[in-house]
Amino acid sequence: MTKDVRIQVGVADNLQEMALKVPKNDPRPWDGNDQLKYIGGRTTRLDGVAKVTGAAKYTFDMRLPGMLYGKFARSPYPAAVVKSIDYSKALKAPGVKAVLPMQEKLPFSVRFVGQEVAGVAAKTLNQAEEAAKLIEIEYEVKNFTVKLDDAMKENAPLVWDVQVKEEASAGDIPGQENTLPQVGNIRGPNVSARNATKEEIDSLVNASYVTSEGVYRTQVQTHSAMETHGVVAKWDDDKHLTVWASTQSTFRTRKDFAERFELPEANVRVITEHMGGGFGAKFGADTFGVMAAKLSKVTQAPVFFMLDRKEEHWAGGNRPSSLQNVRLGANKEGKLEAIKMLCHGSAGIGTGSGTGNPFKNLYPCEKLYVEESDVFTNAGMGRAFRAPGHPQGIFALEQGMDDLAYQLGLDPLEIRRRNTSHEVRLKEYEIGAKKFGWSQRNPKVAADSGPIKRGVGMANSVWYYFYGTGFPATIQVNSDGSVEIMNGVQDIGTGIRTVLAMIVAEELGLDISEVKVKIGDSDLGAGPASGGSQTTGGITPAVRKAAYLAKQKMREVAAPLFGVSPEQIGFENGRAHVLGDPSTSLGWQQVASRIPGGQFKVVAERKKDYFGNQFQIICGVQFAEVEVDTQTGVVKVKRVVAVHDCGRPMNRLTLESQINGGIIQGVSYALFENRLLDRNTGHMVNPNLEQYKIAGSMDIPEIDSTVIDVFKGHNSTSAMGIGEPATVPTAGAIANAIYHATGARIYDLPMTPDKILAALA
Amino acid sequence: MTKKNQLTKESGLSRRSFLKGVGLTSAGLAVTSGGEIFAEASGDASVKIISPGGATITLEVNGKKHQLKVEPRETLVEVLRDRLHLTGTKIGCDRGACGACTVIVDGKNVTSCLMLAIDAEGKSIETIEGLEKEGELHPVQKSFIEYDALQCGFCTPGMIMSSKNLLDHNPSPNLADVKHAVRGNLCRCGTYPKVFQAVLAASKQNKGE
Ligand code: FES
Ligand code: FES
Repeated sequence: MTKDVRIQVGVADNLQEMALKVPKNDPRPWDGNDQLKYIGGRTTRLDGVAKVTGAAKYTFDMRLPGMLYGKFARSPYPAAVVKSIDYSKALKAPGVKAVLPMQEKLPFSVRFVGQEVAGVAAKTLNQAEEAAKLIEIEYEVKNFTVKLDDAMKENAPLVWDVQVKEEASAGDIPGQENTLPQVGNIRGPNVSARNATKEEIDSLVNASYVTSEGVYRTQVQTHSAMETHGVVAKWDDDKHLTVWASTQSTFRTRKDFAERFELPEANVRVITEHMGGGFGAKFGADTFGVMAAKLSKVTQAPVFFMLDRKEEHWAGGNRPSSLQNVRLGANKEGKLEAIKMLCHGSAGIGTGSGTGNPFKNLYPCEKLYVEESDVFTNAGMGRAFRAPGHPQGIFALEQGMDDLAYQLGLDPLEIRRRNTSHEVRLKEYEIGAKKFGWSQRNPKVAADSGPIKRGVGMANSVWYYFYGTGFPATIQVNSDGSVEIMNGVQDIGTGIRTVLAMIVAEELGLDISEVKVKIGDSDLGAGPASGGSQTTGGITPAVRKAAYLAKQKMREVAAPLFGVSPEQIGFENGRAHVLGDPSTSLGWQQVASRIPGGQFKVVAERKKDYFGNQFQIICGVQFAEVEVDTQTGVVKVKRVVAVHDCGRPMNRLTLESQINGGIIQGVSYALFENRLLDRNTGHMVNPNLEQYKIAGSMDIPEIDSTVIDVFKGHNSTSAMGIGEPATVPTAGAIANAIYHATGARIYDLPMTPDKILAALA
Repeated sequence: MTKKNQLTKESGLSRRSFLKGVGLTSAGLAVTSGGEIFAEASGDASVKIISPGGATITLEVNGKKHQLKVEPRETLVEVLRDRLHLTGTKIGCDRGACGACTVIVDGKNVTSCLMLAIDAEGKSIETIEGLEKEGELHPVQKSFIEYDALQCGFCTPGMIMSSKNLLDHNPSPNLADVKHAVRGNLCRCGTYPKVFQAVLAASKQNKGE
């Protein structure tokens, strides 16, 4: 059963009416004309007080009675076979309760420095650390390779002697898993072609009026969330496991534990009340989770198992490196005619280093040929990292576009305009250029005469809208009028907790303070994973629907009190009244006190969007201004103007924070961060936060961000995500600004002073 | 090639083992096991010798005195978190690089992962839990909420302590002062612009502007 609705859809204030059929018991989708009290406004975080007072409990803060501390003995070798493990000394060490191997069967292989070999549980963390050193492990040491270029050579030591299957996490773009050939350390290529074969693409590029060629390299970046990975695992009895986890998906983590310990999912509970960031690295039970649960089982005590910073760098995931061979061809007008991109990248012992998506999806180009290959190295496994593949791909592609523009004497913004017809993108260019003052830029390159040169550049973002279905949102209304919204989704810092309350308050006409949010607990029903920018788009329609159903129930309760039919009841400002007649009203609590049985619960599920699974691009553009000291090579990013879209914005306050964060991570990626492995030992030489450099307060540009509203009517909230899009273009925009400032193109991330000076020499 | 357990040969200096070393060698004497000794070393009355079994010390945290027995190697942050259950103070690196463990000791910012608990005796320690006074948040705390100067919130306690200490010493900071004050506090979520706004706004509020 459906009903017909008419809604206003479009970009910003350019709206058109659209007729739509929606299920009968769905609310009318919010559209471009709706004046909403909370949605699209600025609401401070519900957990703000807990977080500023130190009261917020993270997994890292869990202290349970009798709790033990877990620690790994890790391989000091980048490639070795574990032949034997002698626990006797460790077991005798003070406080030690149990020691267990990572794998039951010996011998087993380890493939990177820091790989888990055995785990220990002791009464204090210090004791666990001491005991881990006493585990005597006999290794047969093997040859290894940690550098991308070395690993690609024919006679390089083999990282894997078996076929590797791609494992995707909830942070990856769905449907990208594949089976590919594997020769030596190279797995691939994964080929994407559009109207051209590998043989044809070069001649197509060559035949173009203007071409840009470049070999771009990007580094390995570690996620470095401030709260490291970890869990506290506790068996309630033989068959019931509770895990406090710093995870981006309570639900997937529960499933993972259930599978590994052969338990019904219902017997596993995963709790993530607060978590200290994830950025794509925190999914599933993980090695420490499995070890914690095993140790907990044998010791019959809760086990706290968190990584330290060094372990986090070694084994907590990373953004894979890339080596991208790019050839672009355009006609006289600057329109792209052919794109060729071949990339190799290393996700260590893992997969997923491809950077092809931006090439395929940013500009419509008739002829395209892309090859992506993973190169295995003896290093910690890459994981999804905020827009997997995209900052890398954009760094290369958008420098290529810039290059084409300069060769043609075109404004870099103009060449982008000529290569897109996307309404949202064009609008973003207009707003961004104006705010930035792009038209006042000096079209000349390296125009400043002094040693400090200023330059400006821009780059596009590209990401996609996707979501999962089936997530149940539950609302309970109690006789005292209190309203609870419940779902297992976790708040990794984006502010989804607050958005849930905003939606419920909006729909029920309540003040936000009257809505209690319960999230971060797998017992509350599956919620979306916080990955791929899908949380908000994934959960908000279910929450709104649940609120709508609760409203219908409350209408039924209120109707007899007013002597009208339920449809005639409206709720506003915490009161019920007859629609069109606000003169007589009853307080929400008065109505709630009449709820038969004292409370009710409604559940709504995330259904498919009204248009099914339509492929939708999320756009975004960033403009950067830099200052390059040509004597020292130091680059300062002075200013970034960002214009983004994410459907209908929910909470602009927290949205801004996410955009700031994306840009700042982008600046950090562009200029500082670099995981360095010693080619002689395979050890990371900077596994800390002083030599692994992350942007700090002195490195922050002035940021001006705008979010434009896009009303699509594809579901009842029209919300989409911003987490990934905000970090995609930053490094590319900075690289283009450096070129504009100095006339030197930097092909290699991070753009550190040595590389700047070398390029200027 | 077969090698035995070389785990202790990991690259890099572990801060904890370094501190442990310092904790013992500065005492400069062999110590008895288990017991607790306060002795005067070779005529120098200022040198206190503490056994690895631990010493009873008094820590003044947020105006309250706590008597507890600590091992010489225990850091202030460990004692705050694990003994006093003040888990608001976080650990991000455990070696002085991230500022997540920032507390105020005698009016100075201290990364509490780098201070031994025994060295904090007799000093006045302020942690994030102590900022709220009679149910009223400190202006910096209020301002952090209002300006959304936090995302995941893990760096937030340290960030707030550095900011609060700035305002204690400089009630009218400018943007450069604020940036300078939190330069030791890493925020991976990248909330800095709002931290700057929040601290500047809090300073205005303080002065009733
Ligand atoms: S934990 Fe103390 S500075 Fe990082
Ligand atoms: S808010 Fe997450 S690290 Fe600062």
